Amino acid sequence: MSEAIIVGISDYKWSKSPDVLVTHALGSCVGICLYDRVLKIGGLAHIMLPDSTMFASQEINRMKFADTAIVDLIHKLRENGADAARLTAKIAGGAQMFAVQAGSAIGAIGERNVTSVREALRSARVPIIAEDTGLNYGRTVYFDLDTGVMRVQSLNRSIKDL
Amino acid sequence: MIKSYEELNDTQIDVLREIGNIGAGNAATALAVMLDDTVEITLPSVKIVSFDEAVSGLGGPEIMTVGVLVNFSGGASGMIMFLLDMEDAKGITNILIQDDDDRDGLSELKLSAIKEIGNILASSYINSISMLTGLSIDLSIPYIAIDMAGALMSVPLIEFGTLGDKVMFIEESFLGEFHHLRSNIIMFAELETLKAIMERLGLEL
Repeated sequence: MSEAIIVGISDYKWSKSPDVLVTHALGSCVGICLYDRVLKIGGLAHIMLPDSTMFASQEINRMKFADTAIVDLIHKLRENGADAARLTAKIAGGAQMFAVQAGSAIGAIGERNVTSVREALRSARVPIIAEDTGLNYGRTVYFDLDTGVMRVQSLNRSIKDL
Repeated sequence: MIKSYEELNDTQIDVLREIGNIGAGNAATALAVMLDDTVEITLPSVKIVSFDEAVSGLGGPEIMTVGVLVNFSGGASGMIMFLLDMEDAKGITNILIQDDDDRDGLSELKLSAIKEIGNILASSYINSISMLTGLSIDLSIPYIAIDMAGALMSVPLIEFGTLGDKVMFIEESFLGEFHHLRSNIIMFAELETLKAIMERLGLEL
Protein backbone atom coordinates (compact mmCIF):
# COMPACT_ATOMS: atom_id res chain seq x y z
CA MET A 1 0.00 0.00 0.00
CA SER A 2 1.36 3.38 -0.95
CA GLU A 3 1.55 6.20 1.56
CA ALA A 4 -1.99 7.40 2.27
CA ILE A 5 -2.92 10.92 1.20
CA ILE A 6 -4.20 12.82 4.23
CA VAL A 7 -7.44 14.76 4.04
CA GLY A 8 -7.72 17.34 6.84
CA ILE A 9 -10.81 18.69 8.56
CA SER A 10 -12.83 20.91 6.19
CA ASP A 11 -10.89 19.55 3.27
CA TYR A 12 -11.23 17.19 0.33
CA LYS A 13 -8.76 15.39 -1.92
CA TRP A 14 -9.12 13.20 -4.97
CA SER A 15 -6.81 10.71 -6.63
CA LYS A 16 -6.63 7.45 -8.60
CA SER A 17 -5.77 3.82 -7.97
CA PRO A 18 -3.51 2.63 -6.33
CA ASP A 19 -3.61 5.60 -3.95
CA VAL A 20 -5.29 5.51 -0.57
CA LEU A 21 -6.99 8.57 0.91
CA VAL A 22 -7.29 8.88 4.69
CA THR A 23 -9.03 11.23 7.06
CA HIS A 24 -8.43 10.95 10.80
CA ALA A 25 -10.69 11.08 13.81
CA LEU A 26 -14.10 11.98 12.45
CA GLY A 27 -16.33 12.87 15.40
CA SER A 28 -19.54 14.68 14.50
CA CYS A 29 -17.92 15.43 11.16
CA VAL A 30 -18.75 13.21 8.19
CA GLY A 31 -16.36 11.62 5.69
CA ILE A 32 -17.74 11.12 2.18
CA CYS A 33 -16.03 8.73 -0.22
CA LEU A 34 -17.01 9.14 -3.88
CA TYR A 35 -15.88 6.54 -6.41
CA ASP A 36 -15.97 5.78 -10.11
CA ARG A 37 -15.22 2.06 -10.05
CA VAL A 38 -14.47 1.78 -13.77
CA LEU A 39 -11.75 4.42 -13.85
CA LYS A 40 -10.80 3.77 -10.20
CA ILE A 41 -10.81 7.45 -9.47
CA GLY A 42 -12.32 8.81 -6.30
CA GLY A 43 -12.36 11.53 -3.69
CA LEU A 44 -12.75 11.89 0.05
CA ALA A 45 -14.32 14.93 1.72
CA HIS A 46 -14.27 15.68 5.47
CA ILE A 47 -17.13 18.07 6.20
CA MET A 48 -17.74 19.78 9.52
CA LEU A 49 -21.09 21.53 9.23
CA PRO A 50 -24.35 20.75 7.43
CA ASP A 51 -25.32 23.89 5.63
CA SER A 52 -23.39 26.77 4.08
CA THR A 53 -26.51 28.89 3.60
CA MET A 54 -26.55 29.61 7.36
CA PHE A 55 -23.54 31.81 6.76
CA ALA A 56 -24.48 33.39 3.46
CA SER A 57 -23.30 36.84 4.48
CA GLN A 58 -19.73 35.74 5.13
CA GLU A 59 -16.94 34.47 2.99
CA ILE A 60 -17.01 30.76 3.52
CA ASN A 61 -14.69 27.84 3.13
CA ARG A 62 -16.76 25.68 0.78
CA MET A 63 -14.93 22.55 1.91
CA LYS A 64 -16.35 22.95 5.42
CA PHE A 65 -20.00 22.34 4.54
CA ALA A 66 -21.86 19.25 3.33
CA ASP A 67 -23.83 21.05 0.63
CA THR A 68 -20.91 22.88 -1.00
CA ALA A 69 -18.12 20.31 -0.48
CA ILE A 70 -20.06 17.48 -2.13
CA VAL A 71 -20.98 19.56 -5.19
CA ASP A 72 -17.39 20.76 -5.56
CA LEU A 73 -15.84 17.32 -5.12
CA ILE A 74 -18.17 15.82 -7.76
CA HIS A 75 -17.19 18.66 -10.08
CA LYS A 76 -13.50 18.01 -9.42
CA LEU A 77 -13.88 14.30 -10.17
CA ARG A 78 -15.78 15.01 -13.41
CA GLU A 79 -13.13 17.48 -14.50
CA ASN A 80 -10.63 14.68 -14.11
CA GLY A 81 -12.53 12.19 -16.19
CA ALA A 82 -14.95 10.51 -13.78
CA ASP A 83 -18.41 9.73 -15.11
CA ALA A 84 -20.96 11.37 -12.81
CA ALA A 85 -23.51 8.68 -13.62
CA ARG A 86 -21.14 6.00 -12.29
CA LEU A 87 -20.27 7.69 -9.01
CA THR A 88 -21.22 5.92 -5.79
CA ALA A 89 -20.83 7.12 -2.21
CA LYS A 90 -19.82 5.60 1.09
CA ILE A 91 -20.12 7.72 4.20
CA ALA A 92 -18.92 7.52 7.81
CA GLY A 93 -18.99 9.70 10.93
CA GLY A 94 -21.70 11.94 12.33
CA ALA A 95 -21.30 10.67 15.89
CA GLN A 96 -22.40 12.34 19.08
CA MET A 97 -19.15 12.45 21.07
CA PHE A 98 -20.53 13.74 24.35
CA ALA A 99 -23.71 12.54 26.05
CA VAL A 100 -25.07 16.04 26.53
CA GLN A 101 -28.50 16.87 27.85
CA ALA A 102 -31.41 16.32 25.50
CA GLY A 103 -32.29 19.34 23.42
CA SER A 104 -28.78 20.74 23.33
CA ALA A 105 -27.57 21.81 19.91
CA ILE A 106 -24.14 20.29 20.53
CA GLY A 107 -25.55 16.79 20.49
CA ALA A 108 -27.54 17.13 17.32
CA ILE A 109 -24.86 18.33 14.95
CA GLY A 110 -23.61 14.87 13.91
CA GLU A 111 -27.09 13.78 12.95
CA ARG A 112 -27.70 17.02 11.06
CA ASN A 113 -24.44 16.55 9.19
CA VAL A 114 -25.47 13.06 8.10
CA THR A 115 -28.92 14.26 7.00
CA SER A 116 -27.42 17.07 5.01
CA VAL A 117 -24.86 14.76 3.37
CA ARG A 118 -27.67 12.39 2.33
CA GLU A 119 -29.65 15.28 0.85
CA ALA A 120 -26.68 16.67 -1.07
CA LEU A 121 -25.92 13.22 -2.50
CA ARG A 122 -29.56 12.65 -3.41
CA SER A 123 -29.79 15.91 -5.32
CA ALA A 124 -26.54 15.05 -7.12
CA ARG A 125 -28.01 11.59 -7.92
CA VAL A 126 -25.13 9.75 -6.28
CA PRO A 127 -26.33 6.59 -4.49
CA ILE A 128 -25.02 5.78 -1.00
CA ILE A 129 -23.95 2.15 -1.14
CA ALA A 130 -22.48 1.82 2.37
CA GLU A 131 -22.44 3.82 5.58
CA ASP A 132 -21.24 3.71 9.16
CA THR A 133 -22.73 6.71 10.91
CA GLY A 134 -24.11 7.94 14.23
CA LEU A 135 -23.45 6.39 17.66
CA ASN A 136 -20.88 7.93 19.98
CA TYR A 137 -17.32 7.24 18.89
CA GLY A 138 -14.65 8.66 16.63
CA ARG A 139 -13.77 7.08 13.29
CA THR A 140 -10.75 7.17 10.99
CA VAL A 141 -11.55 6.42 7.36
CA TYR A 142 -9.19 4.89 4.78
CA PHE A 143 -10.48 4.93 1.22
CA ASP A 144 -8.67 2.50 -1.07
CA LEU A 145 -8.97 3.71 -4.65
CA ASP A 146 -7.90 0.37 -6.07
CA THR A 147 -10.78 -1.58 -4.52
CA GLY A 148 -13.21 1.18 -3.54
CA VAL A 149 -13.26 -0.22 0.00
CA MET A 150 -13.87 2.25 2.83
CA ARG A 151 -12.09 1.03 5.96
CA VAL A 152 -13.39 2.42 9.25
CA GLN A 153 -11.13 2.28 12.31
CA SER A 154 -12.11 3.24 15.83
CA LEU A 155 -10.45 2.86 19.23
CA ASN A 156 -11.11 -0.47 20.93
CA ARG A 157 -13.39 -1.67 18.12
CA SER A 158 -12.86 -4.07 15.26
CA ILE A 159 -12.06 -2.67 11.84
CA LYS A 160 -14.93 -2.44 9.38
CA ASP A 161 -14.34 -2.82 5.64
CA LEU A 162 -17.30 -1.42 3.76
CA MET B 1 -14.75 44.53 14.61
CA ILE B 2 -12.77 41.43 13.78
CA LYS B 3 -14.48 38.39 12.34
CA SER B 4 -12.22 35.57 13.45
CA TYR B 5 -9.45 34.58 15.85
CA GLU B 6 -6.93 34.91 13.04
CA GLU B 7 -7.28 38.67 13.21
CA LEU B 8 -6.38 39.08 16.88
CA ASN B 9 -3.34 41.28 17.33
CA ASP B 10 -0.45 40.70 19.75
CA THR B 11 -1.91 42.82 22.54
CA GLN B 12 -5.19 40.99 22.36
CA ILE B 13 -3.44 37.63 22.40
CA ASP B 14 -1.44 38.81 25.43
CA VAL B 15 -4.71 39.51 27.21
CA LEU B 16 -5.94 36.00 26.48
CA ARG B 17 -2.60 34.63 27.65
CA GLU B 18 -2.90 36.56 30.89
CA ILE B 19 -6.38 35.15 31.44
CA GLY B 20 -4.82 31.75 30.86
CA ASN B 21 -2.10 32.45 33.42
CA ILE B 22 -4.55 33.52 36.09
CA GLY B 23 -6.79 30.57 35.31
CA ALA B 24 -3.85 28.19 35.59
CA GLY B 25 -2.91 29.67 38.96
CA ASN B 26 -6.44 29.16 40.28
CA ALA B 27 -6.50 25.67 38.83
CA ALA B 28 -3.25 24.70 40.54
CA THR B 29 -4.59 25.82 43.91
CA ALA B 30 -7.76 23.82 43.37
CA LEU B 31 -5.80 20.75 42.30
CA ALA B 32 -3.49 21.00 45.28
CA VAL B 33 -6.48 20.90 47.60
CA MET B 34 -7.95 17.94 45.80
CA LEU B 35 -4.72 15.96 45.59
CA ASP B 36 -3.59 16.92 49.07
CA ASP B 37 -0.23 17.82 47.65
CA THR B 38 1.61 21.02 46.95
CA VAL B 39 1.16 21.61 43.28
CA GLU B 40 3.38 23.95 41.34
CA ILE B 41 2.52 24.97 37.86
CA THR B 42 4.96 25.61 35.13
CA LEU B 43 4.29 28.82 33.26
CA PRO B 44 1.42 27.86 31.02
CA SER B 45 1.90 28.25 27.34
CA VAL B 46 -1.11 29.93 25.80
CA LYS B 47 -1.26 29.92 22.05
CA ILE B 48 -3.72 30.74 19.36
CA VAL B 49 -3.11 27.91 16.93
CA SER B 50 -4.78 26.13 14.05
CA PHE B 51 -6.91 23.11 14.82
CA ASP B 52 -4.27 20.82 13.29
CA GLU B 53 -1.51 22.31 15.43
CA ALA B 54 -3.63 21.86 18.54
CA VAL B 55 -4.26 18.22 17.64
CA SER B 56 -0.54 17.65 17.04
CA GLY B 57 0.13 19.24 20.43
CA LEU B 58 -1.83 16.42 21.99
CA GLY B 59 0.11 13.74 20.15
CA GLY B 60 -1.93 13.36 16.96
CA PRO B 61 -5.56 12.96 15.97
CA GLU B 62 -5.93 9.31 16.92
CA ILE B 63 -4.38 9.41 20.41
CA MET B 64 -6.72 8.05 23.06
CA THR B 65 -7.68 11.05 25.15
CA VAL B 66 -10.00 11.88 27.99
CA GLY B 67 -11.97 15.05 27.31
CA VAL B 68 -14.12 17.00 29.75
CA LEU B 69 -16.34 19.57 28.09
CA VAL B 70 -17.97 22.51 29.83
CA ASN B 71 -20.24 24.96 28.09
CA PHE B 72 -20.42 28.54 29.38
CA SER B 73 -23.07 31.14 28.77
CA GLY B 74 -24.49 34.34 30.20
CA GLY B 75 -22.17 37.35 30.22
CA ALA B 76 -19.70 35.34 28.15
CA SER B 77 -20.34 32.32 25.99
CA GLY B 78 -18.19 29.57 24.64
CA MET B 79 -16.82 26.16 25.41
CA ILE B 80 -13.84 24.95 27.30
CA MET B 81 -12.41 21.47 27.09
CA PHE B 82 -9.91 19.86 29.41
CA LEU B 83 -7.86 17.14 27.73
CA LEU B 84 -5.69 14.54 29.37
CA ASP B 85 -3.93 11.60 27.80
CA MET B 86 -4.99 8.19 29.01
CA GLU B 87 -1.80 7.51 30.99
CA ASP B 88 -2.02 10.78 32.88
CA ALA B 89 -5.70 10.18 33.49
CA LYS B 90 -4.89 6.80 35.06
CA GLY B 91 -2.00 8.30 37.01
CA ILE B 92 -4.00 11.08 38.57
CA THR B 93 -6.99 8.92 39.45
CA ASN B 94 -4.75 6.31 41.04
CA ILE B 95 -3.72 8.99 43.52
CA LEU B 96 -7.33 9.70 44.41
CA ILE B 97 -8.84 6.25 44.28
CA GLN B 98 -7.16 2.94 45.01
CA ASP B 99 -9.49 0.42 43.43
CA ASP B 100 -7.22 -1.16 40.79
CA ASP B 101 -10.31 -1.62 38.67
CA ASP B 102 -8.91 -0.41 35.41
CA ARG B 103 -7.85 -3.44 33.45
CA ASP B 104 -8.26 -1.69 30.14
CA GLY B 105 -10.10 1.53 30.82
CA LEU B 106 -11.06 3.66 33.76
CA SER B 107 -13.63 2.62 36.36
CA GLU B 108 -16.84 4.61 36.73
CA LEU B 109 -15.55 6.08 39.96
CA LYS B 110 -12.35 7.21 38.30
CA LEU B 111 -14.26 8.69 35.40
CA SER B 112 -16.27 10.75 37.87
CA ALA B 113 -13.07 11.92 39.49
CA ILE B 114 -11.64 13.03 36.13
CA LYS B 115 -14.89 14.76 35.32
CA GLU B 116 -14.64 16.65 38.58
CA ILE B 117 -11.01 17.64 37.98
CA GLY B 118 -11.97 18.86 34.50
CA ASN B 119 -14.84 20.76 36.01
CA ILE B 120 -12.58 22.42 38.59
CA LEU B 121 -10.05 23.42 35.98
CA ALA B 122 -12.67 24.75 33.58
CA SER B 123 -14.27 26.72 36.41
CA SER B 124 -10.88 28.16 37.34
CA TYR B 125 -10.47 29.58 33.86
CA ILE B 126 -13.98 30.91 33.66
CA ASN B 127 -13.60 32.48 37.10
CA SER B 128 -10.48 34.24 35.92
CA ILE B 129 -12.48 35.77 33.08
CA SER B 130 -15.19 36.77 35.53
CA MET B 131 -12.67 38.33 37.90
CA LEU B 132 -10.94 40.32 35.20
CA THR B 133 -14.06 41.56 33.51
CA GLY B 134 -16.79 41.55 36.12
CA LEU B 135 -18.96 39.55 33.72
CA SER B 136 -21.30 37.03 35.26
CA ILE B 137 -20.88 33.64 33.57
CA ASP B 138 -22.88 30.43 33.95
CA LEU B 139 -21.33 27.00 33.54
CA SER B 140 -22.98 23.80 32.33
CA ILE B 141 -22.39 20.50 34.06
CA PRO B 142 -19.23 18.75 32.80
CA TYR B 143 -19.53 16.12 30.06
CA ILE B 144 -16.89 13.45 29.65
CA ALA B 145 -15.83 11.25 26.74
CA ILE B 146 -12.84 9.04 26.01
CA ASP B 147 -11.93 8.80 22.35
CA MET B 148 -9.59 10.01 19.62
CA ALA B 149 -8.18 13.47 20.37
CA GLY B 150 -9.23 14.83 16.99
CA ALA B 151 -12.82 13.62 17.32
CA LEU B 152 -13.18 15.19 20.77
CA MET B 153 -11.57 18.50 19.85
CA SER B 154 -13.73 18.89 16.78
CA VAL B 155 -16.80 19.29 18.99
CA PRO B 156 -16.12 22.88 20.10
CA LEU B 157 -14.57 23.66 16.73
CA ILE B 158 -17.86 22.71 15.06
CA GLU B 159 -19.91 24.63 17.57
CA PHE B 160 -17.89 27.77 16.95
CA GLY B 161 -17.00 26.90 13.37
CA THR B 162 -17.94 30.32 12.09
CA LEU B 163 -14.99 31.85 13.92
CA GLY B 164 -12.35 30.38 11.69
CA ASP B 165 -10.20 27.38 12.39
CA LYS B 166 -8.09 28.75 15.23
CA VAL B 167 -8.35 27.70 18.85
CA MET B 168 -6.93 28.98 22.10
CA PHE B 169 -4.68 26.18 23.28
CA ILE B 170 -3.28 26.18 26.80
CA GLU B 171 -0.66 23.69 27.81
CA GLU B 172 0.58 23.44 31.33
CA SER B 173 2.30 21.06 33.64
CA PHE B 174 1.28 20.62 37.22
CA LEU B 175 4.20 19.45 39.31
CA GLY B 176 3.34 18.00 42.65
CA GLU B 177 5.68 16.67 45.29
CA PHE B 178 4.86 13.17 44.08
CA HIS B 179 3.01 13.70 40.86
CA HIS B 180 3.55 15.21 37.50
CA LEU B 181 0.62 15.96 35.26
CA ARG B 182 0.52 17.53 31.86
CA SER B 183 -2.81 18.89 30.80
CA ASN B 184 -4.18 20.76 27.88
CA ILE B 185 -7.11 23.03 27.70
CA ILE B 186 -8.73 24.38 24.62
CA MET B 187 -11.08 27.26 24.81
CA PHE B 188 -13.47 28.78 22.34
CA ALA B 189 -15.26 31.97 23.14
CA GLU B 190 -17.72 33.74 20.93
CA LEU B 191 -16.43 36.92 19.37
CA GLU B 192 -18.98 38.91 21.34
CA THR B 193 -17.37 37.48 24.45
CA LEU B 194 -13.87 38.34 23.34
CA LYS B 195 -15.10 41.82 22.56
CA ALA B 196 -16.68 42.16 26.00
CA ILE B 197 -13.47 40.98 27.66
CA MET B 198 -11.32 43.42 25.66
CA GLU B 199 -13.68 46.31 26.28
CA ARG B 200 -13.80 45.69 30.01
CA LEU B 201 -10.05 45.81 29.98
CA GLY B 202 -10.01 49.01 27.98
CA LEU B 203 -8.95 47.51 24.67
CA GLU B 204 -10.65 47.69 21.32
CA LEU B 205 -11.52 44.60 19.37
